Amino acid sequence: MKIAVQREDFDLGAEVRAISRDSKVGAVASFVGLVRDVRMTLEHYPGMTESAIRRIVEEAGGRWRVMDCTVIHRYGDLAPNDQIVLVAVASAHRGDAFAACEFIMDYLKTSAPFWKKEHRAGGATWVEARATDDEAAERWKRERP
Amino acid sequence: MKVKVLFFASLRESLGRPQEELELPANVNTVGALREHLRARGGEWASVFAPNRPVRAAVNQDMVQAAATIKAGDEVAFFPPVTGG
Repeated sequence: MKIAVQREDFDLGAEVRAISRDSKVGAVASFVGLVRDVRMTLEHYPGMTESAIRRIVEEAGGRWRVMDCTVIHRYGDLAPNDQIVLVAVASAHRGDAFAACEFIMDYLKTSAPFWKKEHRAGGATWVEARATDDEAAERWKRERP
Repeated sequence: MKVKVLFFASLRESLGRPQEELELPANVNTVGALREHLRARGGEWASVFAPNRPVRAAVNQDMVQAAATIKAGDEVAFFPPVTGG
């Protein structure tokens, strides 16, 4: 398991290869989140952020057969089209890999302490949390594999 | 008792500080009571911690509800709902 909260960019191909080496791995599902169309600054809570992500990944491992997993989340100043977050899950079969990847991403959005501030021509504003993100995470409490 | 209180994102900016060491009266022993204690400072504190404002909290880096207890030496953090990913 690899969890990194970092300023630097990441290489999707290298990260996927790193969790694909075991010959029992038959599927890797990955998600990359990108900055849409505005410059932003991401703040986090050093220490808590890493442990919150670790807990989410462990919860996913209790629900699905996860053989390996990498989560990288960036902080600091980001520009449109920059990569923000990577979740990659290796499993024997695609069903577990897809589900665990989506679960980790949904919980990361609602329980990992990150905050986005957008910089627009009119000034900088903190992004408000969205109810649809809470609903996406809530849904996993009902749907158990 | 003495605790360390941290503020993040919009709270940190509004309150003009990332953290402070605080000596709490004995009756301020839950996260909810601490929030009320800070709100009572008035001004920007009153608006940041107004009851209708969505403020989240963590004790020793674990997300908690208002009823969570605080003890001496704890690290208590207040922040807005998270927006990562």
